[in-house]
Amino acid sequence: MNGEPVISVRGATAALGARPVLRGVDLTVHRGEVVALLGANGSGKSTAVRSLIGQVPLTGGTVELFGTERKRFRDWARVGYVPQRTTAASGVPATVREVVASGRLSRRRFGWTTGADRAAVDRAIALVGLADRAGDAVSALSGGQHQRVLIARALASEPELLIMDEPMAGVDLASQEILAATLREQVAAGTSVLLVLHELGPLEPLIDRAIVLRDGCVVHDGPPPEAVGQHSLPGHDHVHPHAAGEPLRTGLLS
Amino acid sequence: MEFLQYAFMQRALLAAVLVGVTAPAVGIYLVQRRQALMGDGIGHVAMTGVGLGFLLNASPVWMATLVAVAGSVAMELIRAYGRTRGDIALALLFYGGMAGGVLLINLAPSGSNANLSTYLFGSLSTVSPADVTAISLLAAFVVLVTVGLRRQFFAVSQDEEFARVTGLPVRLLNLLIAVTAAVTVTVAMRVVGLLLVSALMVVPVAAAQQLTKSFRATFVLAVATGITVTLAGTVTSYYQDVPPGATIVLYAIGVFLLMALLAAPLARRRARAAEAAALDGCSPVVPAGRKPADDVKV
Repeated sequence: MNGEPVISVRGATAALGARPVLRGVDLTVHRGEVVALLGANGSGKSTAVRSLIGQVPLTGGTVELFGTERKRFRDWARVGYVPQRTTAASGVPATVREVVASGRLSRRRFGWTTGADRAAVDRAIALVGLADRAGDAVSALSGGQHQRVLIARALASEPELLIMDEPMAGVDLASQEILAATLREQVAAGTSVLLVLHELGPLEPLIDRAIVLRDGCVVHDGPPPEAVGQHSLPGHDHVHPHAAGEPLRTGLLS
Repeated sequence: MEFLQYAFMQRALLAAVLVGVTAPAVGIYLVQRRQALMGDGIGHVAMTGVGLGFLLNASPVWMATLVAVAGSVAMELIRAYGRTRGDIALALLFYGGMAGGVLLINLAPSGSNANLSTYLFGSLSTVSPADVTAISLLAAFVVLVTVGLRRQFFAVSQDEEFARVTGLPVRLLNLLIAVTAAVTVTVAMRVVGLLLVSALMVVPVAAAQQLTKSFRATFVLAVATGITVTLAGTVTSYYQDVPPGATIVLYAIGVFLLMALLAAPLARRRARAAEAAALDGCSPVVPAGRKPADDVKV
């Protein structure tokens, strides 16, 4: 588990307007490792992930992907990205295959698609268990199936590193199991993974290491914390009407 | 078919077909990124170009192209970088463009609001041979770009954030979509008129997607609808002496209603098929569509 780092973030700082969101974050993912990035709303975990792919500019610190500084990194086919979305649809109908095929653009940005491209797209769709829906409109799918389409799109380029922002958000249990199985296969094949999660859920057995952010700082970097109580129940849906400033008592870390 | 003997009708029909192809071809990307009304904004800005053309005694079509391209680039930059109040900036651009057009054309010695109205609502008899040349060249550019870069445009319009991570030159592609939309506006200006251009970019796409489930089929059906309604509208306006732009747009809306009617039984059948598929297994389902609140303290 101590291969060379595929993601290496050192002292990252970022701000949204005047508000600091990341305050010196160090984050490393080694080859073959599965790392979960945990934290409350506003802790900076999504910002951290989005700074990795250049969506959020850093005000300080460095980001390296596969040992190359992010700004000079061009080899995007090695990275599969699953943005935080509740839908894979847009203003015009599109089939599952059409959406997943755009993931292939990182291999071949311009020019004709080849048989190899089409085969990779079909493989990615089969991996998430949607082979029988490949020709269907994405708008006809359930929330969990939308998430599976987004993951298939990331897998279409056959990446070595998967970066996923809340892939389990709003996903039904059946889809969660399929996603966990898909991820297990990818990890077994040597793919490195960085996941933003708000709970470990069915992915827990896969996770090698958890990094917990609070207020833009890393407060834990080590083995995944044990989930206890109702949080460990399958399908537990986090809707917590906590007041701000309430003491910590989720048991996730204590 | 005696109208085919007249040179002005031949030019008008050729222009109509080019509009029928180009407007939905670029409009589909605008609809996809939920910027359906962008064409309308560009149309307003293009009015200043028409006015400039009259004032400087230059071709209004080419001047409108120049100004519309500049305006669309400004709109795209506002969209990409504008944080708050982007809508206000766009409003300034739209109404400034329209007011500028009216003012400039009245300053021009040869211009009047009557000239402007042929650009606002379209006119068949005034499509000159020079216009046809300009429209053909511009339409060729639009078709080349919207078909040749369809995978890239699809990706950028579907999910901009994801497209950036594939390494696509997203900023450049966005600008190219905006410029192509601007060029389309000026292609369509002579036939449908600036005020109704946007309708021809949006309505055929909206009509097509009543029946389709893939992007490719939507593209083809929207273009086919575009050609049908522009030709039908042009011929109607020859016989009935009504403005072509309004006729074309009303035909397009008629097609939309027709396809929506056709779609209802189709949707019922698809829903039944989906229901049948869902009956295969009965698994506990967490409410989909609602994102679990992410406020767990750790």
